[in-house]
Formats: sequence, C-alpha cells, structure tokens
Amino acid sequence: MRQKQLTLSGWGRTSSATVGAYRPERVSAVVQAVRAGGAGGIIAFGGGRSYGDAALNGGGTAILTERLDRILELDEDEAALVCEPGVRISDLQSLLTPRGFSLPAIPGTGFATVGGAVANDVHGKNHDRDGSFGDHVRWLDLLTADGAVHRVKPDEDGALFNATIGGIGLTGIILAVCFGLLRVPSNAVRVREMRVRDLDRFFELLAEHRDTAMYSVGWIDALARGGRLGRGVLEVADPSPEGMEEPPQRRRRVPVDMPGILLNPLSIGALNAFYYGRVPAAGRTRTMPTTRFFHPLDAVLDWNRLYGRGGFHQFQCVMPERESMAGIRALLETITAFGSASFLAVLKTMGGSGLGHLSFPMRGHTLALDFPARGGVGGLLARLEAITLDHGGRVYLAKDSTVSAAGFAKMYPALPDFREVLARVDPDGAFVSDLARRLGIREDLA
Amino acid sequence: MTIGETRRAWLILGASSSVARAFARSAGERGVDVLLAGRDIDDLRRTAADIEIRTGVRAEALSFDAAAFDSHDAFVEACTRPGRALDVFLLFGTMPEQNEIDRDFDLAKRTIEVNYLGAVSILSRLAPHLEKQGDGAVVVLSSVAGDRGRLKNYVYGSAKGALNLYLQGLRARLSRSNVSVATVKAGFLDTDMTFGLPGMFLVASPAACAEACLRFAEKGREVAYFPFFWRFVMTIIKAIPERIFKRLSI
Repeated sequence: MRQKQLTLSGWGRTSSATVGAYRPERVSAVVQAVRAGGAGGIIAFGGGRSYGDAALNGGGTAILTERLDRILELDEDEAALVCEPGVRISDLQSLLTPRGFSLPAIPGTGFATVGGAVANDVHGKNHDRDGSFGDHVRWLDLLTADGAVHRVKPDEDGALFNATIGGIGLTGIILAVCFGLLRVPSNAVRVREMRVRDLDRFFELLAEHRDTAMYSVGWIDALARGGRLGRGVLEVADPSPEGMEEPPQRRRRVPVDMPGILLNPLSIGALNAFYYGRVPAAGRTRTMPTTRFFHPLDAVLDWNRLYGRGGFHQFQCVMPERESMAGIRALLETITAFGSASFLAVLKTMGGSGLGHLSFPMRGHTLALDFPARGGVGGLLARLEAITLDHGGRVYLAKDSTVSAAGFAKMYPALPDFREVLARVDPDGAFVSDLARRLGIREDLA
Repeated sequence: MTIGETRRAWLILGASSSVARAFARSAGERGVDVLLAGRDIDDLRRTAADIEIRTGVRAEALSFDAAAFDSHDAFVEACTRPGRALDVFLLFGTMPEQNEIDRDFDLAKRTIEVNYLGAVSILSRLAPHLEKQGDGAVVVLSSVAGDRGRLKNYVYGSAKGALNLYLQGLRARLSRSNVSVATVKAGFLDTDMTFGLPGMFLVASPAACAEACLRFAEKGREVAYFPFFWRFVMTIIKAIPERIFKRLSI
C-alpha cells in the first residue's frame, strides 16, 4: 500500500499538517495500514470538518476514511443502521428521510462523517431531548493498535466503548458503527422564529422551550453590547406532519480566499442587524426542509474561505446550568470589549452528559463563535478559556486549536479513565494526533 | 429492469475497486441488479449490502479469481441462469511498478496473466452465453497504456495492448449476436492503484469513470477514451517517431 504526502488542514485553516496519508478502500487495507504503522503515529481523517488539530498528525500517518463509505445494514423495524466510518451525515439524511427516519444527532454540517460523529460525540439542536450521537451507538467495530478488530459494546467492554465515544480517534480506527435512528414524519420542520431582546430573555425563552420543542437554537449578535448584550433570534422547531417539495439544493462555491478585511466589525454588525431585523417583531412560523434547517451553511461550499487566507478560530464551550448565565454573560462582555468580528454566535441548551470520557456535553448552555485569525486573538481565546474554567465549563475539542493542557485536564475530569484505557489498548502510542500532543493526553502513559 | 420474465444484471468482474463500486451504485440507481465478483468476498458482501440498501436492487457477491483460469467455467455456470440477462463490466487488473517487474519475471507473468489471460479466459467462456442471449453489452476498462509501449510501464502496457486487440475480435464476433463490446481506454483515475504515485495529473474520479462506462454501454460505443482528452494526448504520443520516443523517459 502506498502513502501519499499531503498537507491537511482543520476546517478553520489555522492548523495544518503534512502527513503520509493512506486512503484504504476496504477493511483489509486499513488493517494493513495500521500494521505498517510508522514513526509519528496514526490518526484517522474523515470529512475534515474538525476546526482545529483533532484530525491532524504532523510528520505522522493519516488514514483517510473517505472511501470507506458503505451502508452495511438498515433495520427499519429496529430503527437501526450500520455503516462504515466515511459515510457522510448528509448522504445518510437524504437516504433516511424518505423512509421516515432521521439521524439521532445532526451536527451543524452534513459534510461530517459517521466516524467523526462518534469520535467527537457530536450533538445537534435536539440535545435536550435526544442526547448526543454516542448515546445512540449500539456497538462499533474498532481496529486497535494490535491490528485486531474488536466489536465494542457498552455492556461488554464498557471502558473501551466510553473511551471511543468522543475519544477523538485515539483508541483506534472505527470500521463500522451500529446506531439507533429517530422516526420522523416528513422531510420538513415547522420552525418558529422569535426576536430576543437580550441575554436574560434568551435564557427565559430557552428554559421555556427546551422540554417541549424537539429542536432549538439561538443566534446571538455577538457585537451587541450594553443593554442589548445577547440579543438575537431564537428558533424552535418540531417535525412537520406534512412533507414539502424540496428544491434541488444549489451549492455555491467561494472561488477564492476573500480578503480578510471584508469581515470587519462594520460588515458583521450590518449582517447581524439584518439577521435580527428580518424576523418580524411578533415572530413568525415557517415550514422548511430539514436539510436547510440543520445545515444552512452547507449551501455555500468552502465557506471557510470567507475568512481569508489566515483562517479563523472557532470557540465553543458549555457551562453547567448554575453557572451558565453568568459565564456566558462574561464571555460576551469580553468578546464585545475586544471588538473582534464574529459571525453570528450560537447559543443552545444541552440536556445532559455524554457517555464518553472526553464527551463534550453536560447539562447547561453552550455558546459557539468564530474569530478571524488576527493579531491579539490568541490572548482573547486564552481569556475565554479562563472564563470557561472559572464557571466549571469545558471547551469542545472538535472546534479547538488553542486550549492549554492544564486547562484541558481541569475541563475533562474523566481524563484519568481515558488514559487508563489507552494504556491498555495502545500501550506504545500507535494512535496520536497534534491535538493529543498539544493537550498532553498521553503524557501519563508509561 | 425486467423485460417479460427476464431480469437484467450487470456482472462486475473485479468488483472491489472504487470504480466498480461507483458503477454498481449507478447501475442500481438505474434499477439493474448487480453481481459483484472478486477475490475479497467479505469486502464484496459489504458492497452488496450497500447497493441493496441504497438502491433497492438485488446485489450478490461472488468469489472470482481472474488468474484461476480453471475455475472460470464453474464461475460462469454459477452466474448464468434462466431468466437472467447479463451485461458484463470487466475491470480487474494489476499494475506493479515496472522496475519491480524488471527484476522479477514472476511479476511480469502475473501482470500478463491477470490483465490479459484472465480477461481472455473469462470473456471467452461468457461469450457463448452472450451469443445465446442475443443482446447485451460488454464494457472493458482498459488503459491508454495499451496504446504504446513506454519505458515506465511496458509489461502492463503490453498486456493491455493485447487485450485491446482481443476485444477488437470479440467485438466482431459478438456484434453478430447484437452484443456490443466497448473498450474504455482510461487515463489516470483516482483509485487505490494510483493513489500516491508520482507524476499523476488530471486524475478523474471513480464516479465519473463509472458513469461514463455505463453511458458507453447504453450507446453501444466501441472504443472510447476516458476522460475524452486522452484521445488527443495519445494521438500525439503515438505520432512520436520511435527513434525519438525510445529516448524519452515517460
């Protein structure tokens, strides 16, 4: 099997790495690639939608999973599906929706893969009701460092299962995943949009809807300050009993890297004001195709180029219920004082913890924002990390490229359990990533 | 697709490759069953499940080894049956590095056995069935490497060149029974055969190649280059006089 030298980047384009890549097309070839090993360790690379360095492994080996994209079983009675890791979320959604099913958790981009959904324990806009992706996994086939394939189930090797859910690829290569599906009545959702005047009101409205609506998501104007801090738009949605004609999606491209200057506080402020103003003061209710509701940005391919050549950082954290109001206010105040342009920030509720040792979710509120990679943004991100820690929160590894090793260890208290599993299944550190090195995830190993 | 009681199926020989998978998906989307033949039966079962779930046609995995000539009669027996009309897509192949072949005759022999003799063996045994069937299509994924012997690839090229000649004759024979034979001379494809090879340019995706092969079958094309511009590239390469060509290291 041949390797190809490739430079891979995270979606935010601030992190990149030159790797020797394998692109296996079948299971036997993946086994061969892992056995061949090589200096610098191995990590799987799926859809390339992690923002930072989670799927990068500079100077080492990457196993591209894009060609492992087969659906192996669909059990409509049991509402379960088995597939290979490289299957894209959007492909599954378009296959499943006409049959009355939906993925249990749908991340913000349909270009992510099922392997990535497990490895990052992704969540969607229905986290309160349905939890994260890992909560629905029934078993997975994992190729570990010894070159053997193990069927890992929660009730058999629970520790390995919990290390693999949200384990950012460090336990091995996922070869197949069996997971449960949700039943949905149609390909559309009824979406209610409301203007929200400030942060207090946002928390009230989220509390009111989190247990009744299936989906909810808030968009915050991260440039609004003072009395309007936290103003934005709340969308709550439920499956629509009636489907709708879905116009073929026109995908646009961003042909070149936009000059970074295009996104400045003025232009972003105008965009955000437009986003707020387009919802009537009394709110409105619309029916729209689920694809548009889940993946508004996927209509523009390469939207990461809008931030220019330097790329951007995404920051996403979650804070526990009792602290989240104060914590998110502190985050927004810091961001507005910094005056950095951020596209719409996203505020959501989360229902509970994930199964994984390194799962991101916890019961509380999560906030996500983008920052163009420019001077001073490093200091801002460090400040946001400190605020998150002060309020007992944690940063989402799928989005991260800057958190400190010390901060990470405090955010993820099950880290010792995770390390214990790695010491057992991968004592020589065959699987590693730039993120794992940055955060010292394997540091404690013998 | 059913015509009366006859159900059509594409027999895909060498079905583990990415082009074969894409071809099976496209055939399935057109409502035609697929028979997936190759050596890695576990892998073929995975593809068969995928095709059935995605497209709703029947997909079957069959054990097939192009170089095991003696097994081909039984194989043809197993995949032909009353009520089934076959179309054939042949794309198995092996392409070792020329410098390795230069050092090892066994590798040269294997390259010829798989790429040329394997194709002759299975096609000559399928031909009587296709003649009896009285309609259908054979599509063979060959290579531009068969158009001229090159320093970098001449054993593989000679096998593909011989295959192209064989197909000319087979085309004449089967045309008398209303069966078309398409020789697809492929340029660089983005498959695991070429992944990581130096000097690749303008590589075409497996899905585009698969779609083109299906179209060639539907149109009854005889010889086609894919992507199309390789016709011009090869016209130039073939026009270079031998005394200059022998000095080139392409």
